[in-house]
Amino acid sequence: MHISEGVLSGPVLASGAVLAMAGTAIGLKKIDYDRIVHVAILASAFFVASLIHVNIGPASAHLILNGIMGLLLGFAAVPAILTALLLQSVFFQYGGLTTLGVNVVVMAAPAVLVHYLFLPLLGKSSPLNFTAGFLAGLFSILFSSLLLGLALWFTDENFFETSLVIITAHIPVMIIEGIVTGFCVTFLLKVYPEIIPVRKK
Amino acid sequence: MIEEKFASGRSFIHQLDPKIRIIASIILSFAAALCDNLYIAGFYFIISSILITMAKLKWMDVVNRLKPLFWFLLMIWIILPLTFDGETVYQYYGLRITVSGVILCCKITIKSITILLIFTALIATMTVASLGNGLHRLYVPDKMVFLLLMSYRYIAVIEEEYKRLLRAAKFRGFNPKTNLHSYKTFAYLAGMLFVRASLRAQRVHQAMLCRGFNQKFHTLDVYQPNRLNSIFLMGIFAASLSLVIFEIMWI
Repeated sequence: MHISEGVLSGPVLASGAVLAMAGTAIGLKKIDYDRIVHVAILASAFFVASLIHVNIGPASAHLILNGIMGLLLGFAAVPAILTALLLQSVFFQYGGLTTLGVNVVVMAAPAVLVHYLFLPLLGKSSPLNFTAGFLAGLFSILFSSLLLGLALWFTDENFFETSLVIITAHIPVMIIEGIVTGFCVTFLLKVYPEIIPVRKK
Repeated sequence: MIEEKFASGRSFIHQLDPKIRIIASIILSFAAALCDNLYIAGFYFIISSILITMAKLKWMDVVNRLKPLFWFLLMIWIILPLTFDGETVYQYYGLRITVSGVILCCKITIKSITILLIFTALIATMTVASLGNGLHRLYVPDKMVFLLLMSYRYIAVIEEEYKRLLRAAKFRGFNPKTNLHSYKTFAYLAGMLFVRASLRAQRVHQAMLCRGFNQKFHTLDVYQPNRLNSIFLMGIFAASLSLVIFEIMWI
């Protein structure tokens, strides 16, 4: 999910950049050198996973999976998502430099939120695992599209309809992302539970 | 699928110090993003086209690279003229096309293309390794540079893993459709990618420790201080500043 260059106003770009920097600073502080390789290679997995296209009827959409990133990494997801977005702009030119901050906030803030909302629900029973994963996927995209809409709306109130169109267009993506995240979480808990930082009591 | 098409070249731009290119692209991109006048945006577009020409990139490749942007612009051109308030230029029953909507669309089109051209000319013309080197010398935190370089290094590896998994699924008759089974398969595939990435990270980390990793990356690229670098940066700075001042005075 990207906001394009040349649309947003100065104050929105600046607040996006400041928030992204603050989030990245906190995230980097939470990663120690024993875990940094893990975060880096998960960021590359996130980059590659976002190349997966799934069919929605005649159209197709690519997976975003910022919900999973949030669940796995918490605050460390912010620098990881920044890395992935920067590499995406270098390789595919999805977005440039000025919107990088806003895009990081749009993708990473929901990831962090989802981490704190839904991680405590994981690891208890398998229906609950799927539901928590589903909600994490659904809400991460919902929050991302709301943030994207807000960024447009703060730029100019006339963008209200455009924001609505964008949020509505993301409803199928939310559902698919929810299903995929739900299955992915149950899979990870079955196959390699160590990867999910479930809090031990 | 993933390649750095523009990074190898022998133009003037390719020879500039990465640090200088990063600073220049930040100045120029933000100046272009904040400009609010159609004609001034045109000037920025000319500057960015000159940069692309200076980097000796093929225009065909550059246009191909901008394809994702064009879809977005198409959407903007469909929605904005109809939904913006302002003086009506054309009316067809309930649909009104407004002047301000059309002007805004033009501005967004020129500005977004300009900013992406600047990025292509200045940043996409270096390898991610040089980008990391440049960021490091601009005092970006070590851990951030480490993350960037490390995930860049492993993207190709993880992509190989992904292709292998997808191939295995296809051999077993997997045919993606709009159904739960396909989503489940893709979910397990993505999950397996995360598992393999994590296991690989453990091995890489151990291997790095064995080789005495002391939390520092050393760069082998050395850029000689060159007067052209500062002249280029001054030129970009002067051009942006004069356009900004011109816009403030003019309006």
